[in-house]
Formats: sequence, C-alpha cells, structure tokens
Amino acid sequence: MATTSIPASQAPGSTTKLNYLNNGHTLRSWLLTTDHKRIALLYLLSVTAFFFLGGFFAMLIRLELLTPEGDLMQADTYNKVFTMHGMIMVFFFLIPVVPAVLGNFLVPLMVGAKDLAFPRINLLSWYLYVIAGALFLHCMLNGGVDTGWTFYTPYSTAASNTNVIEAGLAVFIVGFSSIFTGLNFIVTIHRMRAPGLTWSRLPLFIWAHYATSLIMILGTPVVAITIVLVAVERVFHLGIFDPRLGGDPLLFQHLFWFYSHPAVYIMILPSMGVISELITCFSRKRVFGYKFVALSSIAIAVIGFLVWAHHMFVAGISLYAAMVFSFLTFLVGVPSAVKVFNWTATLYKGSITYATPMLYAFGFIGLFTIGGLTGLFLGTLGIDVHVTDTYFVVAHFHYVMVGGVVMGFLGGMHFWWPKITGRMYPEYWARLSALLVFVGFNLTFFPQFVLGYVGMPRRYWQYPPEFQVLNVLSTAGASVLAVGYILPMIYFLWSLRYGPIADANPWNAAGLEWQTASPPPTFNFDQTPVVTWEAYNYDEIPEKELEAPVAQ
Amino acid sequence: MAEPEHNVDPDLTIEHEHTTHSNAFYIAIGAILLVLTVTTAAVAFVNLGPFNPVVALLIATIKATLVVLFFMHVKGASEKLTGAVVVSGFFFLAILLSLSLADYLTRNWR
Repeated sequence: MATTSIPASQAPGSTTKLNYLNNGHTLRSWLLTTDHKRIALLYLLSVTAFFFLGGFFAMLIRLELLTPEGDLMQADTYNKVFTMHGMIMVFFFLIPVVPAVLGNFLVPLMVGAKDLAFPRINLLSWYLYVIAGALFLHCMLNGGVDTGWTFYTPYSTAASNTNVIEAGLAVFIVGFSSIFTGLNFIVTIHRMRAPGLTWSRLPLFIWAHYATSLIMILGTPVVAITIVLVAVERVFHLGIFDPRLGGDPLLFQHLFWFYSHPAVYIMILPSMGVISELITCFSRKRVFGYKFVALSSIAIAVIGFLVWAHHMFVAGISLYAAMVFSFLTFLVGVPSAVKVFNWTATLYKGSITYATPMLYAFGFIGLFTIGGLTGLFLGTLGIDVHVTDTYFVVAHFHYVMVGGVVMGFLGGMHFWWPKITGRMYPEYWARLSALLVFVGFNLTFFPQFVLGYVGMPRRYWQYPPEFQVLNVLSTAGASVLAVGYILPMIYFLWSLRYGPIADANPWNAAGLEWQTASPPPTFNFDQTPVVTWEAYNYDEIPEKELEAPVAQ
Repeated sequence: MAEPEHNVDPDLTIEHEHTTHSNAFYIAIGAILLVLTVTTAAVAFVNLGPFNPVVALLIATIKATLVVLFFMHVKGASEKLTGAVVVSGFFFLAILLSLSLADYLTRNWR
C-alpha cells in the first residue's frame, strides 16, 4: 500500500486562516450561502430551537403527570400538548437532526468533495424547513392540533376541530426538505467521491447516510400523499378513510406507517453511522466486520419497509397479516444486532479512551439495546396485545428514538465540534453532561416500562393514584435530563470564544475530514485528496498523545 | 461585504445525458395527458359495473407511464442509476401494495 500517513496537524492556530466561517460575515452571506457547511450550521440553529420547543412541551407533560389529578391543564389542552411535543420532535428535530446537520457538514468532507452535488437545492431544503417550521408555529399559536402526531383517521378527518390541515401542510413541506437532503446525498455519494475512494473504503457514516437517503426518497412521498388525502377528505368529504363515506380507516394506517415506521430508521441510521466513527476512533481499531456493518445499514433500510403493520396488531388487521408482520419485525432485529455485536467486537483488545464522544457512544449502545430488545417484545403478537397504547410503548420508542438519536447526535457534535468551529469544548463539563444525560434519561423512561406493563395507558392527563411514585421518578429524571441537555448548549457557546484552539486532527482520527484544516476552507480541500488506504486504518496511523486540551 | 464567489466549479457540475425532444413533442404529450384526463372524467359517468376501477386505473397507468418516460426523461437516459431509481421506486410500490393486500385479502370479518 502506498502512503498512508495522515498529516496530524497541518495548521495549528488555523482559525486565523481563511475558512468557511470567516469567509463573509454579512447576514446575506449566510442566508444566501450554498456552502454545505454553512447550511449545516443554519440547520443546527433551527433544529436546536425546535428541540427546546419540543422539550418545553415535554416538561408540560411531565409536570401534568406529577400528580394523579388533572390539575395543571384540561384534558383537551393535554391532548394538544402531547401532539405538539410529538410533531415537533419527530418532524422538526429527530428526522432532520443528524442528516441535515452532521450529514450536511460531513458527507462532502468525508468523500473528498468540494460541496454537495446540488448546493442550491441544499439551501432550498433549509428554506423549506424554515417555511414548514413557521407554518407549524403559526398553527401552534393559533390553537394547535390534537390528533396525536400520527393524524389517525377518522378522528383527524371527521371529528377534530383543531388546525389539522395547517399542521398537515407543515409536515408535507418539511417532508420535501427531507427528500431534497436525501437526493443530494445519494447523488454526491455516487458521483463525487475522491479518486481512490471506492465503495468498500467509504466511512460507515457515509453508508449509513446512503441508506437513510434511500428511505427519505422512497418513503417520504407516501406520507406526503397520505396527508394530502386526509386534507381532501376533511375539506371535500370524499370517502377515502371514513367508512361512512365508503372509505377505510385502516388504509390510512397502512399508508401512514409505510413511511412512518421506516422514518424511525431515518432517525436512527445516521446516528448508527456516527457511533461507528466514534467506536473505531476511540478504540484505535478498524471496525470489526466492515462489510457487514456497511451492508447492515442497507438491510435495515430495506427490511424496515416490510414491518409497518406491527403498529396495527390490535387495529383490526387480519391474523394472517399480523403473523407475517410479526415475523418480518423479528427479521429487522438481525441487521441491528449485527451492528451492536460488531461495535462490541471492535472494542475487544482496543486501546480505549474515555473521551466524551466515546461516553455518548457507550450510552447509545446501552440505550439502543434496551430500546431494540423491547421492540422485539412489542413485535410479539401476544405481548403487543397486552401493552399496546400503554407507557411500555412510550418508553420503548423513547429509548430508540431519543436514547439512540440524541446520544448519537451529541456524541457526533462533541467529536466534530473542533472540526466545525476550530475550538475544543471543555472536557470536564462535557463528561459531566454525558453522565447527566445517561442517568436522567434512564430515570425518566425506565419507570415508564413498568408503568406500561402494569397498565397505565398513554395519552391521558389523569391516572390512578397507585401509579404516582413511578410518575414522580419519571418527572424527576426529566429534570436531570433537561440539565444534561442545557449544559452542552452553554459550554458549546462558551467554547466558541474561550475554547482552546483545535488543530486539524485533535483526535488523531482516520477519515478525510480530518485531513483538512479546522475549520475547513470554503471548498473543503486545497487539493482534491487521493485515497490509497482502507477506512479506519488505525493500525497504520502513528500513535500520538491525544492533545485534546482539557479546559476547566 | 459581498458574498464570496461560490459557484461554477467544473468539478461540481454533473453532466446530464438524456435525449431532448422538441417543444412540439412535449406539447403533444401534454395534450394526450389532457385528453386522457377528460376520458377518465367522461368514463366516470358510464356505468361499467366491476370494470369502473379497472378502466380508471388503466388510464391512470398510461398517463403515469407517459410522464415518467418523457417528462422525467427516463426514456433515452443513458445513466444506469436512472434505471435503478425507477426499478426501486416500483419495487417499493409493489411492497406497499402486496403487504397491504396480505391484510385486506385475508380478513375473515369482511
């Protein structure tokens, strides 16, 4: 093999060099930028705003459930609050967060390209997100919506007197933002890889984003059309889902979950890509079974499309269909397990460093394993009948979607923060926040497994007094979790000004993104890199004392 | 301060290779689509019994095929990726229909 040494630090103090951040300071230079890195930062600001808004609604839910009585709000208000929480978190945070922020920033850097294939479509995607967000905020201030994030019919078309159409339109528009991101990634990964960067040399982050993009492009149009059909039935009373008009309410659930179950994989796959990068870097080893981990992303994307009706086991689908979907649900556990086992095997005999990103990676594996395995409980017909629509389901999907996605996102943000900003974050505070997030998360959601198992249904504002202890634990955990989320906000902002300056490769990591300066120049690389090495060639990278400075 | 120049880079452009047709050709295809739309509406007033949905879906399929082949430039595209995208789109549609029918066709309470 030819030259494999990676220049560890090209430009110490490189923040003074011309880079994508100091290349234009006007508002116009940001709002009309076609630089994928700047668009990633625009997305970061927007999704963070929606995350805290969604978190605000989560706190309202937890405060209401602190006591058995409905004393903080009315039942109708509670319905709107959990709907707002769900819609904001799913459509405006979880789906875009990793692809649109980290993916946008890193995909061109990791494949050695100067930008994404369609930079203007990338900017359009952010504007669509903002338009959809504004529409949703208007809907929220105008009384909100109370259908649950799932828009189930016939309630959404025949009964609800809230702003269903406006919320649906917002989801429709934000869906196109997601399609454009996926389109950009697929074309970029196919057509713009650096010379020598073959498919089998791609970072697993890229494989994960490729698989995610497939789901975005193939699935999102289906939910968009379904929401249009809801609007058509609501406005024109055409019989599509309403049985009184000759429609079929289960048709809505089939169409909705055909997208919305794979949407879970849109959320989790990019995070899995992040975790593969973190585990390899902080155990200084090539990932165990590269091809299996890479192809398991594609397998998850494809098999994820075959399992949707497990959301409908008690809704009245046929027993035959229920058995088929139950079997297929177990099948999707296989590629997920391949990833977890291979990450664990990568750790074996690795030279492990417990830096903050690695703590998040460990947190991800723990939480995703619990979330994934309880998913198999729910895929089992007999157990599902018992716990459907209880807090068991709520706990399960929070473990996968929040435990998985947010841990991956925060781990990735810490890992690539020096690349994005050219500054290090304070390691002590970051470790503390990783710990708070992990403990707070488990304290919030583990009691909900028990609550669901003993029969507390979801989506009620009151509950019998015997459930109170576990609900108080859950609310207490949510407070710890909130501190764990606010802390990184504070020290990330602090580090922008006071953080120690990072060199090009503070983690001594493999990957093309570490070969360019931190922060990278506008067109990413001074010369197009030529790749002659396999991914994660940590055995060939000379050991270097990690100089990640610890600021107290 | 002006926005730094950030466009027109030869490495960034992707060549589009597809056959182009004259404007008259596209107008003709558009006219055929309109005629088929009118036909769909007209047929809706004729009672064909069980063949009502069959005819409607047949016309819709012809229209969709015309759009995909000509307006979306799939016919004449030299890029293999285009073919892969079309095939995977139909493959996922087939999954949606067949697994949904696995429910509808086996409900014993209907």
